[in-house]
Amino acid sequence: MLKKMIASMKYKREIQQSGVRVRKPFKISKLLLYIIVAALLVFTAFPMVAMICRAFMPLEELYHYPPYIFVRKPTFQNFIELFTSLNASTVPFTRYIFNSLWVTIVAVVTSIVICCMGAYGMVKHKPMGAEAVFTIVIAALGFSGHVTKIPNYMIVSGLGLIDTYAALIVPSMATAYNFFLVKQFCEQLPDSLLEAARIDGAKEFRIFWIIVMPLLKPAWSTLAVFSFVSNWNDSFSPLVYIHKDAMKTLPLALQTMSGGAGVVSRSGTVGAATLLTTAPTIIVYMVMKGRVMQTMTYSGIKS
Amino acid sequence: MSDKALAKKAVKNDPLHKPVETKAQHLWHVNKTGWGFLLPFFVLFMTFTIVPVFVAMALSFTDYNMLQTPHFTGITNYMLLILEDDVFITAIENTLVFSCIIGPVGYIMSFLMAWFISLCKRGRGALALAFYAPSLTSGTAMSVIWMVIFSGDRTGYLNHFLLRIGLINDPILWTKDTTYILPIIVIISAWMSMGNGFLVFLAGLQNIDPELYEAGKVDGIRSPAQQLWYITLPLMKPQLLFGAINSIVSSLAVFDVATAVAGFPSPNYCAHTIVAHLYDYAFTRFQMGYASAIAMFLFLLSFTLSQICMRIFRSDD
Repeated sequence: MLKKMIASMKYKREIQQSGVRVRKPFKISKLLLYIIVAALLVFTAFPMVAMICRAFMPLEELYHYPPYIFVRKPTFQNFIELFTSLNASTVPFTRYIFNSLWVTIVAVVTSIVICCMGAYGMVKHKPMGAEAVFTIVIAALGFSGHVTKIPNYMIVSGLGLIDTYAALIVPSMATAYNFFLVKQFCEQLPDSLLEAARIDGAKEFRIFWIIVMPLLKPAWSTLAVFSFVSNWNDSFSPLVYIHKDAMKTLPLALQTMSGGAGVVSRSGTVGAATLLTTAPTIIVYMVMKGRVMQTMTYSGIKS
Repeated sequence: MSDKALAKKAVKNDPLHKPVETKAQHLWHVNKTGWGFLLPFFVLFMTFTIVPVFVAMALSFTDYNMLQTPHFTGITNYMLLILEDDVFITAIENTLVFSCIIGPVGYIMSFLMAWFISLCKRGRGALALAFYAPSLTSGTAMSVIWMVIFSGDRTGYLNHFLLRIGLINDPILWTKDTTYILPIIVIISAWMSMGNGFLVFLAGLQNIDPELYEAGKVDGIRSPAQQLWYITLPLMKPQLLFGAINSIVSSLAVFDVATAVAGFPSPNYCAHTIVAHLYDYAFTRFQMGYASAIAMFLFLLSFTLSQICMRIFRSDD
């Protein structure tokens, strides 16, 4: 990986040295490109910056005119209020955080194990019908989970799982997107390592757990990121499966808290809650970033 | 390899020592490990993704309220949906407006941004994070901040800015006025969708062999635009396809941002989408048959579009 990067950097320097003349006429268009990119970055980053700042703003800054974008006197008051005053209400905010964390973590871990097992079985053992299954997986990439929500609701309520964590976890364990990513990554693992283990007489599941899982680490780290992001941010499933306040996850709780447009009295605590709802996904991405890129290299679909 | 293992292998391969297997036993022997690993995924995937498509399809021809047994009504649901239900027509219009803007804009922007970043020498990580972060956020959560930006009084960031540069004299009620609600949802969704294919594209771009560009130069490819068109894009077909399918699926599913901005149901149904209509009939009115017809419409729309993409980006190998 590093070697490749160094090679490409060297190559680019060479191009620049040899191609100075060719590039000169493009100066103006290059400037234009930088302006467009800068404008885009302001567009993408501004709401994020505003969100972080507002979470730490004292009340007088939140209602100051002209409005502040950056925080002047940062304070933790909003967070303290979020955890103390709202904790006194029927459902404490910590409960929502726990709900979100528990549902997301269990869904991510089970999804990783199930998808990695499936992908390994499909790619390295090539059982009969595997190709057909993969064709169905590819087809399933082409529609969203909203299509299947009604039958899923019937299954979940038939099993008596409405208002449980399982309702949010079980239907999202085997998604086509996750399976597809691991399967593509699995394809390029060398068979030789597995052969060696097999001759050593290791049991199939031991081979999978001790040899294959570590090899698949980039793939399942990536899956962990995507699965975390989609489960954490999912507001549709809890809306359908969860009716009790105490079982709600963060996005839904936040929606109730902010009460749609223009709730004045709790502006500060809502700001703090927004930051707490948004930060985990970004942190998870930053921690796993390197491995994500390693996996996404294999993510193309060849049709 | 130990001698013992070698001997074992020799015995195994010797036709004389091979126990006689029936065809069924052979099939079991060859497939059991593979299917053993695949089974948990397969069962869950079938139960919660594939079979439900067919169940929804069957339900769409019935009248079903979760209490009584469904009874067959033929294509009545579809007839009602297309001929009688004006709200559904509004929902389709809105969804198409959303997806026709958000889909292509997000797709092209994330490709161009990935391309730009892959050409950068320094600060790739920071640029990628700044550009990708919105896609990691929750629509419901970020709507809270966007509502501050589009707030209807003078303290809203946008109103303040426009007042200050003198474009408007009075603050505009962005999120109350039905003419502005749709564009605002488009802007927020576009903001969130720009990273859709971003990582896929970035990875694909970083993986293209630099020697190919060298070879292209020999063949007379001069400008970066030519490089992009003749070398980069054809090599990235698989990634482009994956990105395209993802952006179709997600842009057709606009719901939570629309609800967070305009409320549910939105004033005059100005921000009603197909998914909103589906939610309304399935989970507030419990008319599961009719709602399944809506789900089928969404399924056919996104499935057809992604199949078209598969044709367009067909790899030749």
